[in-house]
Amino acid sequence: MASAIFILDLKGKPLIARDYRGDIPLSAIDRFMPLLQEREDEEGTGLPVLTENGVTYLHLREKDIYLVALTRKNTNAMTLLQFLHHLSKVFTEYFKTLEEESIRDNFVIIYELLDEMMDYGIPQITEPKILQEYITQESHILEITPRPPMAVTNAVSWRSEGITYRKNEVFLDVVESINMLVNPNGNVMSSDIQGAIKMKVYLSGMPELRLGLNDKVMFESTGRTAKGKAVEMEDIRFHQCVRLSKFESDRTISFIPPDGEFELMTYRLNTQLKPLIWCESVIESHRGRIEYMVKAKAQFKHRSTANNVEIIVPVPGDADSPKFKSTIGSVKYSPERSAFVWKIKQFQGGKEALLRAHFGLPSIRDEDPERRPPISVKFDIPYFTTSGIQVRYLKIVEKSGYQALPWVRYITKNGDYQLRMPDALTSGESRLPPI
Amino acid sequence: MMNAAIQTNIARLQVMKAKVLAALRKGENYELKTELNSEYKERRKEAVRRVIANMTVGKDVSGLFTDVLKNMHTDDLEIKKLIYLYLINYAKTQPDLVILAINTFVKDAEDSNPLIRALAIRTMGCLHVQEVLDYLCDPLRKCLKDANPYVRKTAVMCVAKVFNLNAESAEENGFVEGVRAALSDSNTMVVSNAVSALAEMNDMAPQRKVWKLEPQSVSKLLTAINECVEWGQIAILEALSDYTPKDEKEAENICERLLPRLQHANGSVVLTTVRLLLMYEKFVRRADLLAQFAKKMVPPLVTLLSSEPEIQYVALRNINIILQRHPRLLSKEIRVFFCRYNDPIYVKYEKLDVLVRICSERNTEPLLNELKEYAKEVDADFVHRAIQAISRLAICYESAATKAIAVLTELLETKVDHVVQDVIAAAAEILRRYPGKFESAIPTLCEYMDYAIEPHAKSSLVWVLGEYSEHINNVHNLLSTCIDSFIEEEDAGVQLAIINSAVKFFIKQPQRGQVLVLNALKTATEKCANPDVRDRAYIYWRLMSADPNAARAVVLAEKPPVELENVDLSPALLQELVSELGCVSSVLQKSEKLFVYKRTEKAGVPRDSDALGSAQPGDLDGDALGASATDNGSGMAGGMNTTTNEGEPELLISF
Repeated sequence: MASAIFILDLKGKPLIARDYRGDIPLSAIDRFMPLLQEREDEEGTGLPVLTENGVTYLHLREKDIYLVALTRKNTNAMTLLQFLHHLSKVFTEYFKTLEEESIRDNFVIIYELLDEMMDYGIPQITEPKILQEYITQESHILEITPRPPMAVTNAVSWRSEGITYRKNEVFLDVVESINMLVNPNGNVMSSDIQGAIKMKVYLSGMPELRLGLNDKVMFESTGRTAKGKAVEMEDIRFHQCVRLSKFESDRTISFIPPDGEFELMTYRLNTQLKPLIWCESVIESHRGRIEYMVKAKAQFKHRSTANNVEIIVPVPGDADSPKFKSTIGSVKYSPERSAFVWKIKQFQGGKEALLRAHFGLPSIRDEDPERRPPISVKFDIPYFTTSGIQVRYLKIVEKSGYQALPWVRYITKNGDYQLRMPDALTSGESRLPPI
Repeated sequence: MMNAAIQTNIARLQVMKAKVLAALRKGENYELKTELNSEYKERRKEAVRRVIANMTVGKDVSGLFTDVLKNMHTDDLEIKKLIYLYLINYAKTQPDLVILAINTFVKDAEDSNPLIRALAIRTMGCLHVQEVLDYLCDPLRKCLKDANPYVRKTAVMCVAKVFNLNAESAEENGFVEGVRAALSDSNTMVVSNAVSALAEMNDMAPQRKVWKLEPQSVSKLLTAINECVEWGQIAILEALSDYTPKDEKEAENICERLLPRLQHANGSVVLTTVRLLLMYEKFVRRADLLAQFAKKMVPPLVTLLSSEPEIQYVALRNINIILQRHPRLLSKEIRVFFCRYNDPIYVKYEKLDVLVRICSERNTEPLLNELKEYAKEVDADFVHRAIQAISRLAICYESAATKAIAVLTELLETKVDHVVQDVIAAAAEILRRYPGKFESAIPTLCEYMDYAIEPHAKSSLVWVLGEYSEHINNVHNLLSTCIDSFIEEEDAGVQLAIINSAVKFFIKQPQRGQVLVLNALKTATEKCANPDVRDRAYIYWRLMSADPNAARAVVLAEKPPVELENVDLSPALLQELVSELGCVSSVLQKSEKLFVYKRTEKAGVPRDSDALGSAQPGDLDGDALGASATDNGSGMAGGMNTTTNEGEPELLISF
């Protein structure tokens, strides 16, 4: 497993070093940066797994630091990278932001965490909620010396006993993110729905929860017919609190939840979708100017409305003096990201909107091919799920017998939503009318 | 004189600087020393913090060893932890001083607080000092049987550390036996740590046969796995990778009990489960079960692609291996592998490789459209690979060739320099694969003669001129231009191609080619500095004057069909990597022998004997594509049965 874990600044200088096994000289870290840079691309993203002289370096980058694991064995690379991600999650939970400054300010607690989260290079306890119970930023005096939380030693390692709330409540958020890749001609190259059920649990004691969804596979296996639509989720992944073997045998989602916020499950649907918001664009590039016409369409039900729509249209880096005109919303040029942003506060289903943009271009331009970033779109549509998934029930049973209320919200948002741009028309008469 | 004086002054200054620096450094340590011995608790605490801060940034604070140790006996848990950390760091260099700390350790190991008991036992194990061992035995024995599972799980791991230091002692004291017993502990964390510890010990000293999984314990572990935290699940899954099921029934049973793991949120649990399913499937004969396993594997593998880029990268490298075992496993999922604009470049490369691999005859069309988009991107290397992929698809599937040629022709119109180079080379390869099929595309290709600058593109195009001279109206002009600039041409491969094409043209159309070929051979033999090129020209010249029919037979001989470069792993390596799915070896796609040092070798320094250790990941695939492109280019230019220039001299001998 891991021989040592390092936290480095952007130059590769160690901020934190924790040696777990003593089988690699710590100076080996000096080779990390040169090795990474050898194989780096222009954005500075290097391969996550590198090997030299019997040492394997696995890393990920967060803002201005690198988290690096070193090993000399042919160990499970996936495990170590996952561990590094957990590490970054825990640090973020503790220090709000994970960056060089917060690492420097908190090195004592970081060493404590590293000691607790990994032993002899093998990951141990990585649940932030649990760690926070016995590793705290306040200094300890023996009278109140923390003890290992029950959770660490329980059968249920993610929840401590003896939690009490005056009002027992559960909030469920069903969030679907739409990933979309569309070609200029409108052909959807790939699309999927990434769904997540997020929970906020404020319940006393050790409650047993059971969640019912309109899951097609479950309906079919129990021979029931669904009222309304049932959804076939392609891949479901659960938080570790869910009993996987139970789900495997009869598709029931039963669990004792951790306290507070967590992600209960994620699912994916790989259906061919029509883009919820589709942008058709025409670009004309002439000597000294470039013009855009973008038509946006909200292709969902009339009674739904997309909020905070942002359509980000990339333009050449050397474009200047923008002029815009749009039927609704506001448009702003954002030179730092070489794009203009069209914001529409509320975009009702079935509606269309039109935008015209004009930019000046320098008369002498670089001959190199332009980068061709796609149009990206941000939005959220409340009270709406693209898949049609529904929470049928959430049963809460605790031995004290209290009543608890579940609240459910649905929302659909953009995921990685990319609409590729057509090539700019260059020759011939200008077809776009002037603004 | 002046110089010498300055030199001495500089030398003096440097000596002074060193002294001042040393004094300063000593100064800080001196100050810390005072602080560590302060009568005020808060100041001592702050001093310990500063010592650790200095240690972290690599300053040497080992001189403060005894002063730091004085503070070890404290009620303050933070100070205790920091001092323990200090000890871990410097124990190796000052083993005799560590003994001073032993008393506190032993006392802490009996503390009423389990957190402190565990901390003491964990730290003692990390010191890597033989001397500590004698003092560690008693506390460790107690802790293995501690009432608190948190202490037990720490003690179990400590046994592996002791074993590493002295395997004999670990066995004689019954520690190893203690860990084996811990496999049946009531707490799953203790169980999974026991599994990890045993696996570690097995790995350290395979000859001692510390642990072998028995069928009963397999069943127990599979029950325990349900309650384990994610890391514990991985530990158990890893251990199962070394287990061979005794019969078909057991293999089936294990696989079925593993299936729920595919639903876990941790990608490593998923991937390690996939590894086990692939390893065990050779024991399973029921086709319906095998089909079920395969079906269940697909969605979780696809979901890995929505993870962070680093995870995606490892997933893609592994998917590449899985696909060599089950080529059709993901063919319906081709679209999820399409590249996103903002994917890191290393993810894009891997996606491209997987795309080509899973493409089947049915979905060449959407993929070719997609590849066309990639070929318009800015990153030249990515563009190069995308165009390579286009030609690969065309060569693989005849039905895709027409579309591929259309895509390539469209890409020519971009007139982007590096795109045109690669497109010409790719098109020539497709022409060569399907003789007599795409001759209509040749005139378009020839319009781009002026754009072909890179040797591989130019030699490919010159080869086309010779091979298809009957389809090109202005072939005479084009070849003449080439011959006129023959001497300015810097690449021998292109020069050879020009001679070959000129000869070919002459043999096909003797009347039109007479002057041209003479001109070419004359230029080559009289003015060319490169002996290979001169020799080739002489050979053709003599051959044609001695026996025109023989010349015809040689020059117009039927060429072997273009073959795809094999990108598959050897069966033995594939077998090895499947059983190491998720591991570093499967990410690098090379055997662990090539990059893992033996236990006796010092990691972090180059091996003296061989250069294996310095090999870089990715050498196996990536660059091979580029290399093969140029090889094929010059091979084609040769127009002979041989595919490399090295084969040429033999021809001379045979005459």
